Amino acid sequence: MLPFILKRLGLALLVAFTVSFISFLLLFLSGDPAAALAGETASGEDIEAIRRVYGFDRPMLVQYGEWLVSALQGDFGESYYFKLPVAGLIAERLQVTMILGVCGISFALLTAVPLGVAAAIRPNSIVDRVALFMSVAGQAMPSFWFGLILIVVFAIQLGMLPPSGAETWRHFILPTVVLGYYAMPAIMRLTRAGMLDTLNSDYIRTARAKGAGEGRVLFKHALRNAIIPVVSLAAVQMGFMLGGSIVVESVFALHGAGYLAWESIARNDLPTVQALILVFSMFYIVFTFLADVLNAWLDPRMRSA
Amino acid sequence: MTDATDPLTREWQGPTPRDMLVAKVKGHTGLLIGVGIVGLLTFVAILAPVLAPHDPYAQSLMTRMEPPVFLGGTWEHPLGTDHLGRDYLSRLIYGARVSLLIGAVAALISGLIGTAMGVAAGYFGGKVDMVVTFLINVRLAMPVVLVALAVVAILGGSLTVVICVLGLLLWDRFAVVMRASTLQVSRRDYVAAARSIGASTPRIVLTEIMPNIFNNLIVVITLEMAHAILLEAALSFLGLGVQPPTPSWGLMVSEGKNMMLFEPWLVLIPGAVLFLLVLAINLMGDGLRDVTAPENRS
Repeated sequence: MLPFILKRLGLALLVAFTVSFISFLLLFLSGDPAAALAGETASGEDIEAIRRVYGFDRPMLVQYGEWLVSALQGDFGESYYFKLPVAGLIAERLQVTMILGVCGISFALLTAVPLGVAAAIRPNSIVDRVALFMSVAGQAMPSFWFGLILIVVFAIQLGMLPPSGAETWRHFILPTVVLGYYAMPAIMRLTRAGMLDTLNSDYIRTARAKGAGEGRVLFKHALRNAIIPVVSLAAVQMGFMLGGSIVVESVFALHGAGYLAWESIARNDLPTVQALILVFSMFYIVFTFLADVLNAWLDPRMRSA
Repeated sequence: MTDATDPLTREWQGPTPRDMLVAKVKGHTGLLIGVGIVGLLTFVAILAPVLAPHDPYAQSLMTRMEPPVFLGGTWEHPLGTDHLGRDYLSRLIYGARVSLLIGAVAALISGLIGTAMGVAAGYFGGKVDMVVTFLINVRLAMPVVLVALAVVAILGGSLTVVICVLGLLLWDRFAVVMRASTLQVSRRDYVAAARSIGASTPRIVLTEIMPNIFNNLIVVITLEMAHAILLEAALSFLGLGVQPPTPSWGLMVSEGKNMMLFEPWLVLIPGAVLFLLVLAINLMGDGLRDVTAPENRS
């Protein structure tokens, strides 16, 4: 188990390092930070002066090395727009995004797993067809549009929930549904497939043969085994969802890290954007790493992979 | 060769693979619906200049925010007009061009990159496979929306930039699927046979492997096309994709958002069409996977 964890950890670190290099390269190649800092009215000389003061005229690798060394110490530089340390800014905004992510994945699991189980118990029944339709529709639904429709119906027409903001728990209901709906189809399909698989296996027949109740067979014997891959999928989906929260946060004006990313991109605030790309990819890397370890722990066959 | 049109020999031979495929396609409702809708919207996109009742860019301050005909509007503007008085139906029709063009070209670019990587990894294995798998991991760890937004913002939003950025970002699923399919196919006897008679690597890849993984490629192309269309709409909705006045469905939703309180149809109509197109492409992709999957061939 330990060699497996160490190998996966090494790979995760290497991926994180490469992602940080690529995103630095992308932003370095595509933008002129000096011009962005100087503003629209600056003259060519001003921009040149800023370029020298901030060291933007040095080779890219030197700049990257410097950025990486301070990033490893938790220093991501200062935001061009807020004139505050980027690290503190992100830490503060991350709270909302984390709450949203946890709520979203919980919502997805609480709806998709029962639906997947129900669909697997009776394949091709009405429930199965509804579940299939929901998953196909879920994959095609533009999340920003779904969010706006929920705002129109529940906030404006019915007046039940607030349309935007993050003050109370009620503000999180609609964004949770939108973000969770995005992860539902994959979880539902995997639960259904896993349940169908286990329900046809010999030990389920044995359990039934020895007279175990149907509820006991379904939940104690079948679901326990079928849920293993679902848990790791949920971890991976969580990593994806945090990256996808940028759209949801901007629709509902939730001032989390995704919203900060959108603002910073629109304001050409490169240090913040750079740090956010790294933070979001770190989330994905950490969650997939956890999923791999969890998988290997639950199912020793996976350890050789 | 026996005459396939002769009813006697034919009955004895049973249905040809082609007959079985046709029968399966005809029996697959989802696939038929998907192909129908995609075909219709493609037709609309190609014939946009003929079908659109008005110029999609023509503004008219006298006729702003007219409601669609089913909400009491006139047939002059069947789906009403937007906040600048532009005919909504015409913008919707031209928007189909933007969505389909971005989806098709982005899927083509990412398909070329991903297929080359996946086939190389699956065929050569070893170090090549390690490098490709690592690159796939790196790509998956990069937050697509964030990276795409940032690059488009810096380079400036134009149709070309959006297409290139999406094309360069969405190759991961191609690489994953093509790698797995190539691994499977290159273990077959006919590949070993080709190698034993001294066929060159490009020849084996092009004439033995590619034809046998083509089905999977088509499926991934359709699914990634849907993915690219959704992403373009999201980028444009956030104001960092295709720029105004280009008629993009995501942009139309974004422009209608401010008037959503009083005129919800401004948001509902373009979003619904977007949903329909992506749904249809996904149905087509899922259907193609069902009818071409080898386990269903018996």
